[in-house]
Amino acid sequence: MKDNIRVASGQGFWGDLLTAPIDQVTKGPIDYMMMDYLAEVTMSIMQKQKRKDPSLGYAKDLVPLMEQLLPACIEKNIKVITNGGGVNPTACRDAIFKVAKKFGIKGLRIGVVLGDDILGCLDSLKKEGIDLKNMETGESFETIRDRVMSANVYFGAFPIVDALRQGAQFVITGRTTDTGLTYAPMIYEFDWAADDWDKLAVGVVTGHILECGGQASGGNFSAGWKSVPDLAHIGFPIAEAYPNGDIVITKHENTGGMVTIQTVKEQLLYEISDPTKYITPECIADFTTIQLEQLGKDRVKVSGVKGRPATEFYKVSMSYLDGYAAVGTLTYAWPDALEKAEAADQILRTRLADLGLKFEEIRTEYLGLNSCHGPIAEMPNVINEVVLRIGVRGQEYDAVERFGKEIAPLILNGPPAVTGFAGGRPKPSEVIAYWPALIPKTAVKPEVIVEEV
Amino acid sequence: MKIRLLDICHARSGDKGDVGNIGLIARKPEYYPIIKKYVTADLVKKHFEGICLGKVERYELPNLWALNFLLHEALGGGGTKSLKNDAQGKTLSSALLRMELDISEHLTL
Repeated sequence: MKDNIRVASGQGFWGDLLTAPIDQVTKGPIDYMMMDYLAEVTMSIMQKQKRKDPSLGYAKDLVPLMEQLLPACIEKNIKVITNGGGVNPTACRDAIFKVAKKFGIKGLRIGVVLGDDILGCLDSLKKEGIDLKNMETGESFETIRDRVMSANVYFGAFPIVDALRQGAQFVITGRTTDTGLTYAPMIYEFDWAADDWDKLAVGVVTGHILECGGQASGGNFSAGWKSVPDLAHIGFPIAEAYPNGDIVITKHENTGGMVTIQTVKEQLLYEISDPTKYITPECIADFTTIQLEQLGKDRVKVSGVKGRPATEFYKVSMSYLDGYAAVGTLTYAWPDALEKAEAADQILRTRLADLGLKFEEIRTEYLGLNSCHGPIAEMPNVINEVVLRIGVRGQEYDAVERFGKEIAPLILNGPPAVTGFAGGRPKPSEVIAYWPALIPKTAVKPEVIVEEV
Repeated sequence: MKIRLLDICHARSGDKGDVGNIGLIARKPEYYPIIKKYVTADLVKKHFEGICLGKVERYELPNLWALNFLLHEALGGGGTKSLKNDAQGKTLSSALLRMELDISEHLTL
């Protein structure tokens, strides 16, 4: 058994720093790297891609990244774990195999975790008596049944552990918890038991600290952003994990950013609800038991974490089409910047009403003034410029598209000293709404397949 | 004495659907009893009038000198449904740090 392992955060979301995973692999020693590619709406986008072309439906960005990194990962024995498989993990695996062949790499074992995609099973699940009602509102699943665009179960760490035990050096999943992607290596390397609730909770907490990349190592740092060194070269966090469950959060020395108790605390408090009940497929972690200690420069120890048994359910994330939206902006300059923006807003709303266009919501905000803090914002004495931001949302595509054509005319036909239309006519985008549900663990099982190139 | 939360705390906010969460963290351990005593869910609800349309829940994390607030119906529907510029509530953290308190205790800032 290794003395410790170093698990690196490679990417916090699809669209995160492109160079971060490269820095993690090249700027210091790591054993594992986690890459998260799936936001809530990503699955619906990927399902669309797969419908058009059955060889797609995964995070295509993984391929050029692996062209840069795969040889280094093989040479340094770094294992990569990612949910970039989307709704087509096997196609993703095949694309990575192609990259391996290109470099003449032999013997690479890639594991895929399947079974999370239940879009094709919704009717059979209903026949089995599985109720996929909205876990937050209680609404019946029938209200959205015919508009569902994706349906994925959140598997956790153990299917990944299974793949690692079968010798996988690269694990590609569909929908998996970010925490699971991160701490599965700890379970595997240190043989943590499936009912060792405290150790599993340690893993979950570690996963939560790492899952947003630089947000734990000086990014988005409320306590002292000016004190964070060299943000241009921010190093993403790395968890140094020990068999007894001790964790040290750190980063590569020759990178920017910093790891302090305060940077870690801010990430711990991010996107949590009841801190005593952080629920995952493996256990329930209690964030009120976490103890932090600064061991030295950019080294924070995490200990004391307690956990409780897991629930009998997996969480299901479904997305469905709920109309269309479009947003337009125009910039008004001094004098009377706000008055003019407000007048333009009124002109626009009058025209939309006169055209008989129906929307579920029209929202106006004034960027540069109070769009962030609303009524709490302090109004400045002199307003040099303000951005009118107006958006509409509704079920009718044509109405939303027509709105988009009403923005540009305001430049010539509305209040003066206005600009900022270089972006072009706002086009309708799909509103993909999110439907969270619970499914008994007995109703769906992950399938793990490990293949060698 | 009059203080502003910005003087004694840092914060981070995030989203879960139409709920914004704000983690309010005391900068020093002696500041935690102050925020625990004064920054109630009711006060946060009042502070965010016009932004938070639903209820406010409050949780305590004494181990981290922190409080976690859940602001329901604060994100204009959340996700891709929201038309707000800050649809993910990323600036709610600094909005909370604007809060002013008149406390009976004396603090060295």
